[in-house]
Amino acid sequence: MKKLLERLYNGVFKENPTFVLMLGMCPTLAVTTSALNGLGMGLSTAAVLMMSNLIISLLRKLIPDRVRMPAYIVVVASFVTIVDLLMQAYVRSLYASLGLYIPLIVVNCIILGRAEAYASKNPPLLSLFDGIGMGLGFTVALTLIGAFREILGSGSIFGFTILSDWYEPVALMVMAPGAFFVLAMLTALQNKLKAPSRTNDPDKFCTGNCRHCMDATCSIGNREKPVVPDEPEAVPDSPAAPAAEASGRKEGEQ
Amino acid sequence: MTYIAAFLLGILNFALIDNVVLSRFLGLCPFLGVSRKTSTAAGMGMAVIAVITVSSAITYVINRFVLLTLNLVFMRTIVFILIIAGLVQTVEIVLKKKLPSLYKALGVYLPLITTNCAVLGVAIDSAQKQYDFFQTMVFSVGTAVGFLVSIVLMAGIRERIEHNKIPKSFQGMPIVLITAGLMAIAFFGFKGISFGNLF
Repeated sequence: MKKLLERLYNGVFKENPTFVLMLGMCPTLAVTTSALNGLGMGLSTAAVLMMSNLIISLLRKLIPDRVRMPAYIVVVASFVTIVDLLMQAYVRSLYASLGLYIPLIVVNCIILGRAEAYASKNPPLLSLFDGIGMGLGFTVALTLIGAFREILGSGSIFGFTILSDWYEPVALMVMAPGAFFVLAMLTALQNKLKAPSRTNDPDKFCTGNCRHCMDATCSIGNREKPVVPDEPEAVPDSPAAPAAEASGRKEGEQ
Repeated sequence: MTYIAAFLLGILNFALIDNVVLSRFLGLCPFLGVSRKTSTAAGMGMAVIAVITVSSAITYVINRFVLLTLNLVFMRTIVFILIIAGLVQTVEIVLKKKLPSLYKALGVYLPLITTNCAVLGVAIDSAQKQYDFFQTMVFSVGTAVGFLVSIVLMAGIRERIEHNKIPKSFQGMPIVLITAGLMAIAFFGFKGISFGNLF
């Protein structure tokens, strides 16, 4: 029980996928134009993450190591399709505003990253709770960013106007540049407070690309000095660890 | 002639006015992650152009002649991501054997592209909007060119930022994100241009 709760705490606070690991930037910036959109995106990602973690963990001894990536992709894509169809059927307005980003949950690095880093090595129940924790962490982060942008950009929250007469909404905040600015302020604040985040150390930080959770592509940007991801001890099962393995394997093959 | 004009205008439209990274938020991860040097950024951009062009041609054919005729549209996401993953893998193997020089230039970027959301995003978007083959190609090539333009610009700016004095809390990612935001505002300027109804 304690272990399960530890997983939840880990996902929401210690290794929050958005604020600490900085994964899944595309949906984080694209759909957080309002708190409701952020919440919807977070919850749908959480649903996929939970189920795919559970199934991949159940199948972890059956999937051969060489084809594990395609296998994970098929599992994740199946759940994304289920979520996509359910949302089309029951929450049409939300589905319309999230649009393209629902099918794109497939390539969200949080999901494949957790499959590779956690679910493929741990028993089903723990993996399920890891998925719930990470999903909740992502939902909280997206809702917060969305609420922040909605308040500044249209003076309302969850559609209810709270800053009415005296406040002139900064429309820029709900448009594309606002997303970058809000995230920039957030990461700057984390740097200032020395909060644990990949942003604190440019060498460790590699939002890299959506695949860095699986192989050490972070080293592409600065190939002269091969980056050996030395994560702090506090984060033992962060995506960087399998990343190092994967790159080693890859270089061995070539 | 009209086709050539429509093609060029379409490319301009999707590359500048409706830029993939700065206004549609696709392919952000490589945009932020692989933009430290202009040369690597250009390599990544080229690889993306190649993969997006080929993959959207293939996914168009599959969508039109397999998924739509067999009434399997709900399988789109699974089929498309598998096609893209397989395609990237194949391109990598073929390039390695047949064109080692090109492989040296682009090879390192290929594995990163599978999970680049721009590739899957373009394929799904054009299928959802029911573009015909010509429109799909204009859309995908334009999007890919837009990615190249924005990532190379970003890398150029970042190379210069390196030598500037930046407040301590803004070093690293924050200043890059602010740069991206300013670039997005600059690209808003293109929205004033209109090519009329393209499609």
